Amino acid sequence: MSANSRNSARVVLESSDISRALSRIAHEILENNKGSKDLVLLGIPSRGVPLANRIAQKINEFEKVNIPVGSLDITMYRDDLRLRPPRALAHTEIPDGGIDHKIVILVDDVLFSGRTIRAALDALNDIGRPAMVQVAVLIDRGHRELPIRADYVGKNIPTSMGESVQVSLADVDGNQESVTISAGEQ
Amino acid sequence: MSILLKNGSLKGEKNVDILIENDKISKVAPANSLKDDKAEVIDLTGLIILPGLVDLHTHLREPGREDAETVATGSAAAARGGFTAVHAMANTLPVADTAGVVEQVWNLGKSIGLVDVYPVGAVTIGLKGENLAELSAMADSTARVRIFSDDGHCVSDPVLMRRALEYVKAFNGVIAQHAQEPRLTKNAQMNESELSGRLGLTGWPAVAEEAIVARDVLLTEHVQSKLHVCHASTAGTVDILRWAKGKKVNVTAEVTPHHLFLSQIHCESYDAKFKVNPPLRTDDDINELRKALAEGIIDVVATDHAPHPMEDKEGEWSSAAFGMTGLETALSVVATAMVETKLMTWADVARVMSEKPAEIGQLTEHGRPIAENEIANLCIIDPNASWKVDAKDTHSLSTNNPFHDMTLKSKVIHTIFRGKFSMKSGQVQK
Amino acid sequence: MKKHLVSAHDLNKEEAVLVLDTAKELALISDRPVKKLPTLRGRTVVNLFFEDSTRTRISFEAASKRLSADVINFSAKGSSVSKGESLKDTAQTLQSMGADAVVIRHGSSGAPHLLATRNWIDAVVINAGDGTHEHPTQALLDAYTIRKHLRNNEGDLNGLKVAIVGDILHSRVARSNAILLKTLGATPIMVAPPTLLPVGIEKWNGEFSYDLDEVLPQVDAVMMLRVQQERMSDAYFPTTREYSRNFGLNAQRLKTMQKHALVLHPGPMNRGMEITAEVADSTNSVVIEQVANGVSVRMAVLYLLLGGSNSETGENN
Repeated sequence: MSANSRNSARVVLESSDISRALSRIAHEILENNKGSKDLVLLGIPSRGVPLANRIAQKINEFEKVNIPVGSLDITMYRDDLRLRPPRALAHTEIPDGGIDHKIVILVDDVLFSGRTIRAALDALNDIGRPAMVQVAVLIDRGHRELPIRADYVGKNIPTSMGESVQVSLADVDGNQESVTISAGEQ
Repeated sequence: MSILLKNGSLKGEKNVDILIENDKISKVAPANSLKDDKAEVIDLTGLIILPGLVDLHTHLREPGREDAETVATGSAAAARGGFTAVHAMANTLPVADTAGVVEQVWNLGKSIGLVDVYPVGAVTIGLKGENLAELSAMADSTARVRIFSDDGHCVSDPVLMRRALEYVKAFNGVIAQHAQEPRLTKNAQMNESELSGRLGLTGWPAVAEEAIVARDVLLTEHVQSKLHVCHASTAGTVDILRWAKGKKVNVTAEVTPHHLFLSQIHCESYDAKFKVNPPLRTDDDINELRKALAEGIIDVVATDHAPHPMEDKEGEWSSAAFGMTGLETALSVVATAMVETKLMTWADVARVMSEKPAEIGQLTEHGRPIAENEIANLCIIDPNASWKVDAKDTHSLSTNNPFHDMTLKSKVIHTIFRGKFSMKSGQVQK
Repeated sequence: MKKHLVSAHDLNKEEAVLVLDTAKELALISDRPVKKLPTLRGRTVVNLFFEDSTRTRISFEAASKRLSADVINFSAKGSSVSKGESLKDTAQTLQSMGADAVVIRHGSSGAPHLLATRNWIDAVVINAGDGTHEHPTQALLDAYTIRKHLRNNEGDLNGLKVAIVGDILHSRVARSNAILLKTLGATPIMVAPPTLLPVGIEKWNGEFSYDLDEVLPQVDAVMMLRVQQERMSDAYFPTTREYSRNFGLNAQRLKTMQKHALVLHPGPMNRGMEITAEVADSTNSVVIEQVANGVSVRMAVLYLLLGGSNSETGENN
């Protein structure tokens, strides 16, 4: 998808860029936590889930260990529930072994206002008590509305409020993988 | 003051002028030929003149349920509907099973003076279906009761029905049966059909009406008496009536306007204003009833006007009362169902809503030919009117009107009762 | 989705599947230490029960509380209703107490329909059983239970045959199930003596039979309905013995069914009448599980009707 095919859409990451970013994140996670002990990756649906899986795969390539991976749907914990019609729920799967005393790494595609991560923290609270919670995102586009930050970032992309960020992943959106920014609200 | 009606269509057949003096028709002449400077002149161009309508089946609720209706408000509603005579059913509180109660109703009607109110006497004491009431005393009273009915309840005991049929022969009375086998209709709510199955409402099977009509027709034949079938509602009842009349059994039958017009589909809304006894039936039944009325197998239209206060109609279906108001809409519903559809002419309407009911009720001053020297009981109709029914726009105390928000054709414009306007241009007088 | 859930007709196929999928996710809560979600915090759900029903009421209460809603229980016995207060007045009293949803069980068919259509109240109306008319959440939990065992807890019930056996004439569970099973692509077969099948049933549920033994081997699930002893005095059947001989599910009959076939019952069971103790406790029986599923399904219904702004349910973006 080239920048010319949509109005002022510009591609900021292509397939190979995404892969490299995830590799780097995987390394950083291992470095930061001094290994893979007690790590649990929880992807936030929908695109956080394939990203979490890929990170786990990379960790497996580097360290030959299988990190537990799961998903955490945060729909019921959103703070904007009353503003829209009820949304369909996505799947939550907490790996065997749970999250108590674990280092839980929440994985999402884009970090924006921070409300999704806040909801995820509330959800985790009702499920157990992790020893630590870290956040890994593919894109940080700024404009935080809450005091939330990511520990691992694929790429920092400053955007304006009037722009929207589209992340396209094979598992969710079809073949061509990319991260694109275009004008117009999400 | 005398009244001069000009250029009205007499039963839809020919245009005439009519001069009314005191309580009588003094002259009937070709249109625009009469003159009278002292008379009030009313132009009836484009309007139909019928004899005043006669209702064989009305509930005026007084004595006892004056929260729903009184003889006064019921009379006003009747006048608005074009009626000059109504028969008030006996299921009041106390029940009209003695000369005393029927005379009370008779006197009330007279004192109000908007329509002639003829009380119907109960067949059994308290409508309990156990012992005959003093039918002869009621016949001899000033009310001169000739029609007897336990309406609301069925005289289901065959022996009691036989006795009643025999007993009234002495004074040329007629038993009007509310045909409803009680055991087959225990807690019944609506017509028994696939719809009642779907809606979860206990069914009122057609056979519960037909079985009683068949039995009563045979009893009537056997004891050589007279039978009147109230509110016939099913195609099966029509078949039985046709067969009975073929054998020359002395049976007459009535149908309500709502049974000619509304089907059971209205029950889907669970709106209890459609809850009535006998219940609204199928389109098939409606078609057969219409044909039967046109043919004369069903003799008359009777309203079964059944007013109820709002609290008895606004709640859940199974606890709501049965019944619909009908005096003010009857003529329009019949016109829409029968005249607009070319099943009947206006002369036929006169027959089924005035002449034949008067004959069954043995009335000498209603349902008469519109001719000189007859008492002036008339009803003037605009056959081209099209109007939207508003339940709240009524003289009745009750608003349980199933035709609310529906559009009907034809409207009663004036009603003349014993030579005076009881209702003029839609306004009830007095 | 429609604003209210008064009849199984209120759900089309997509919506019914959405309820089941949502229930599937919400079922996971019961395995957590904290069995609560904050979603309906601040909402008030009133259980308006004009008929006794401990099990359904408790199920709705548990569902509401797990979603953090406030629950008010209004039982008609000994209340102003038993002194003749009308449905309208009762509803409006609840409205003025701030009810966001009214879960209503009433002895009169059509009562929830009135609440939902008359503009007496603004609250969402959920039918917990009205007369002999419908019981939509029961049908949903039955469908959920069948789907969990026979369709891997995914999708619809396409191709499945389900026998519904018992007093069909007086059963709101049968009516709602007939509708919902068809919506989800299954075929309901009504089985009863002729006296307990409504007149005209062939018009709204094509398949029916008087012969339980003929139907059982064909079906993937059988739903046994409770038959009341009182029906005997109204001559619907001569004796309870004859009824259970012909229409009771016993061990011999269970053996004629397919291995995977499920036995359901909305409860409470008349052990010995429509179902023997042996069958009720067999491995094919999912009766206990139905109760647990009831809570998840009712949570799903409450969430989808109350959990957002009041308009069409949207997809996740």
